[in-house]
Order: sequence, then structure tokens, then C-alpha cells
Amino acid sequence: MSSNDPHGYKKNLSSPYTGVKGWIDSRLPLIRMMEAEYLKFPVPKSLNYFWSFGGIAMFCLIGLILSGIFLGMHYKPSAAEAFNSVERIMRDVQFGWLVRYLHMNLASFFFIATYIHIFRALYFGSYKAPRELVFIFGMLMFLLMMGTAFLGYTLPWGQMSYWGATVITNLFSAIPVVGDAILLTLLGDFTVSDATVNRFYVLHWLLAFAIVGLVVFHVITLHMTGSNNPTGMEPQNWDETLSFHPYMTIKDTKAMVLFFILVAFILFYYPNIMGHSDNYIRANALVTPAHIVPEWYFLPFYAILRAIPDKLGGVLAMFGSIAVLFILPWLDTSKVRSCLYRPIWRICVLLFALNFFVLMYMGAKPASDLYVLISRIGTAYWFLFFLVLAPLVGYLETPRQPVTISNYIRDKKA
Amino acid sequence: MIKKFLLIILFINFYTFTFAAESKIEIPKYDWSWKGFFGTYDRSAAQRGFKVYKEVCSGCHSMNLLSYRNLEDLGFSKQQIKVIASDSLVEDGPNDEGEMFERDAIASDRFADPYPNDNAARAANNGAYPPDLSLIVKARPKGADYIKALLMGYVEAPQGVIVPEGMYYNAYMEGHQIAMPAPLLDGSIDYDDGTEPTLDQLATDVTTFMAWAAEPYLEDRKRLGVKVMLFLLALFVLTYISKERIWRNVK
Repeated sequence: MSSNDPHGYKKNLSSPYTGVKGWIDSRLPLIRMMEAEYLKFPVPKSLNYFWSFGGIAMFCLIGLILSGIFLGMHYKPSAAEAFNSVERIMRDVQFGWLVRYLHMNLASFFFIATYIHIFRALYFGSYKAPRELVFIFGMLMFLLMMGTAFLGYTLPWGQMSYWGATVITNLFSAIPVVGDAILLTLLGDFTVSDATVNRFYVLHWLLAFAIVGLVVFHVITLHMTGSNNPTGMEPQNWDETLSFHPYMTIKDTKAMVLFFILVAFILFYYPNIMGHSDNYIRANALVTPAHIVPEWYFLPFYAILRAIPDKLGGVLAMFGSIAVLFILPWLDTSKVRSCLYRPIWRICVLLFALNFFVLMYMGAKPASDLYVLISRIGTAYWFLFFLVLAPLVGYLETPRQPVTISNYIRDKKA
Repeated sequence: MIKKFLLIILFINFYTFTFAAESKIEIPKYDWSWKGFFGTYDRSAAQRGFKVYKEVCSGCHSMNLLSYRNLEDLGFSKQQIKVIASDSLVEDGPNDEGEMFERDAIASDRFADPYPNDNAARAANNGAYPPDLSLIVKARPKGADYIKALLMGYVEAPQGVIVPEGMYYNAYMEGHQIAMPAPLLDGSIDYDDGTEPTLDQLATDVTTFMAWAAEPYLEDRKRLGVKVMLFLLALFVLTYISKERIWRNVK
């Protein structure tokens, strides 16, 4: 280190490569970075297939953006033309039906992959120190995903698009004082209308690329701390790690191919199974559908919204149910990460997952007395889980001593 | 891992079950030629179905997402389509004098609408709007099964059920009251190919036609699906073997 380079800064900039590769790399250190972060990057040996869903979600995102670009070339964001332009894509554009069904179904599969990914984080304690920011960027992405999906669902301008947008945007009017002004700004009109579909189209694109930006932060923070693993223990030495390539690349590829077999099966044989038939009826402001149901991935949150008898209270509960996830890293007081060694918390997390499905079922049902009661119990458990159980179980529970990664692998093989 | 993917499949089934449980009216299940991995539309049924649409349904129901040229998919020749199209008049223009004029439809025109606008359609039908049929099979929860059941569901109203003036009783309509009078009866129309025009046959044929209209690329989709699935399965075998080999020495 010379005296005019006290931090070794310039030394770090000199490329390990020669030739054209070295020329580029010494000016734009991308090759070096990719090699360090994606070829040699050490990951714990003990990762299971739950760790493949982050990569799977990213491929869903890439697929959505690519198919979205081609849809955007033919789609017309106006109340008069939107519905027919989607049908034109389905009927007259070369392979338009494929691109449209792909976009529609990948959105659902993006949520499936993301929900499994989030469950993984909860179960194995991936949100705990030092990975709080990884988790928070993930949650921000999840929030934007929900926004993007909601905006996108409005675009085909079917009956569910229109009435779903009407119901959800109306929630903003519950906010005291500024609610109506926000609603008016959001819709660009007094009802969901031509102005609405036009701006929703722009915002749908904007949020999609905002998610891509957040992926970068999610990955940077992840690569600072390294991956968590089923034991929740940090690797003790190099023997407990593997390089990302080829070990994880091939493992993730295998999982991804299996996942996309399922995607292809739904896409080619049941492309409308996750949609709603009412959305093949053109939006009509004069006819309200018998049941207005959001897309399946919103149903748990819709159930929470309806569980609260007060409009503002419902909106607060719905947004609060996601907000509590952001502070989970500080709510959970346990020193041990993984549920494998936390017998009581493990039951709480599994109940949380079950409760998620119960709420999803309730969200699809009409708001009758029994269903609302079950929704309320589910909503109560949701908040109890984060605000009471997470801090309390951490104190009261006696976790087992987590085993090291080497011992975990040895035990598994035995 | 298989457990996890089974879980996902379960999850999807669970979702459809959620909606399936909603309607109280049981819709019968019929056998359709386009079901399954290699299903195709029965062309002669769809052609007969088009005749039913043209002679019965099209009096009130539009189908304006379809063009006459699309009928080629069902096996109609270009010449036949020209003749079919020329039966309808469409408005065109303005011409060099600035006048709108009517002319015979051609293959590239959309199916002509029976009414000039929605209000005219309502006025002619006691205030009820006859929906466009282009997407009807995809726009109803039980799809083709529901449409066929509805067309055959005109039965005597049970004792004690009062059907208001201008409404008809239908076993499969939500609420059992429908503004459309029974459109099909045994022998409603004559088939050119000698098929017996029973109510069941007429309903099957016209439903087949409407199913094709709603999803004209179904056959392409299923054919491509088989190829993509086979490709992915082969790729899975390769990635499976590669993974085993690469991980063989991992202790």
C-alpha cells in the first residue's frame, strides 16, 4: 500500500484478469463481482429445497416482465378499448394467447413461490440478526408485488377488474380528512373510469420495475450476510460451505425445472383455473357481480379486512397485518433461529401457515355470520402470533442446542 | 421435495373447491370432445352448432369478437364463408360523397350485430339484455356444462313457484328465472348432414360452437403443451442426473 493510496483502494481496482476481459474488468468491475458473488460465493452445505424458491421467484419476475413487454405492444389502456384489445391479443396476435396466459398465470405462480419463500424465512428464522435488512427488502418487494398485481388485474377491464378496483380503491376513502382527496387522485375521476385504467397501466409498469430495483438490494444485503440454512447456525469453517456454482446452480435449476413443469401444466391445460369467470364479461358500471372476490393471493388479507366491522378499522387491520412482518426481526426475542430447535415456536409457525389457508378460504366465502366469526379468530391469531407469541415464546421457551452444519448433515445421512 | 409439490397441487385444488362450493344448483357434467390432454373440437358438431347459432341465437345475441374468416378453423371453405357473410348487411363508409352506406358483409368483417345498440337490444327484449356470446363459455363458472344444461333446463315450474310475466322457469339458471324463452326444441331446425335434431343434439352442437368461439386456440395450446411438458420432463431428467453427479463427492 503506497502513501498516496492509504486504504489500498486502487489496488482493489486492479483486475485479476488479462486481455479484453481484464480491460473491461479494470474499468467496470462486473466480471469480478459476478465471479465473487455467483461462482465462488460460499453457501452453507445444508441448504434444502426450500432455498430454491428465491431463484424461482426471480425467474417468475423475469418471465412476467418479458411477457408484459410483449403484451404492452398490443394492449390499449382505455375504458373503451382495453377489454377488446386483450381479446384481440387472445385471437389475432401471433401466439398472443400464449403470452397473455403466461403473464396471467406467472403472476399467480410468482405469489406461490413468494409465499413459500416467506414461509421458509419464518420457519428457519432467516429474518433474525444479521439478516433483518434482507427480510425487510423482501417484505417491501412483497408489498409492491401486491400493488402491481392489483393494478394489473384492473387492466383487462372485465367485471372483476372493475369491481375489484372499485372496492379496493374505496378503502382509501376510510382514511380521515385526506381519504377522499387520495381516492380522487388515485382514480383521476369520481369512479373507476377511463382515466383510472390509463394511470393504473403506467403505475403497473412503474411498480414492476421498482420490484426489480429492490431485488438488487435484497441480493446485496443477502450477499453481505450469506444465506441462512436449516440449522440456523453460521458455517464454522470452509468445510461447511460449498461454492454457489456449480452446487447451487444445478440444485436450483433442478428445482426450477420441476416448478415450471407445474407452471406449464396449469398454463397449457387449466389456464383459467386461478382466474374468475366474471372477468370474461366486459366491465359494466351498472351491473354488480353477485360476489366480488379478489384474486386468490389476496384472499387472506381480504378476510382480515372483512373481519373488522368498522371500515377504517378493517383497512388498518389489513395494512397492519403486513406492517407487523416488517418489525418481526425485533419482535422475536429468541437467540435460536431455526424452528428445528424451537419446539413451541415451531407449532406457532405451523399454525400461522394453517391459519393463512383458513383465512384464504374465508376470504372467498360470502360474509355470513359463521365465516366472519372464523375470520375474526384467524385475524386475532395473525396479530397474536407477531405481537404476543413472537416476544413471549422467545423468553419462555427452552430451545434445544442447534447442531453445527457438519453434524446436521451427518445426522441426516445416518 | 415431491411432498412440497403435492402441497402446491393441493393448494390449487383447494382454491377451485372454494368457488365450486358456492352455487347450490348442481350442474350436470357432460362429455366434451375437447376435454383432456389431446382434446379437439368436434368439427361437424361445431359446424352444425354454427347453423343453430345463425338460425336461432343470432336473432337476439351478438357474437362480435368473431370474424366470418374465423369460420375457416371449423372447416368451412373460403367460398362458403363468402356466402355466409353476404347474408348480413354491415354499415360502411363514409364514401366519396361523405355518405354512410350499407353493404354485404365480407370474410374480414366481424359477425354482424342483431341490434344497432344496447338500448335497442333491451327495448326489443322486455328490458333484458341478451349478452354477447363470443366468450360466454369462459364467462360462466361451469362453462360448457352450464350452457348446455341451461339450454335444456326449461322445465315446468314446481308447484307454488310463481314465474312473473315475461320470465321463464329454468332449472339451472341462478334464481331459476330467465328472460330468454326456451330457444331450442326437438326438431327446431333441420340439419343438412341428416343428424337427428333432438334438443340434446342441438344444445350439444351449439355449445361446442360457442366453446370454440370462446377459446379458438385451445387445440394449439394443448398440442404445444404436450411438447413443452415433454421437453421440461427430459430437461428434468438431465438436471436430476447432473445434480447427482455434481453432488456425489459432497460429504
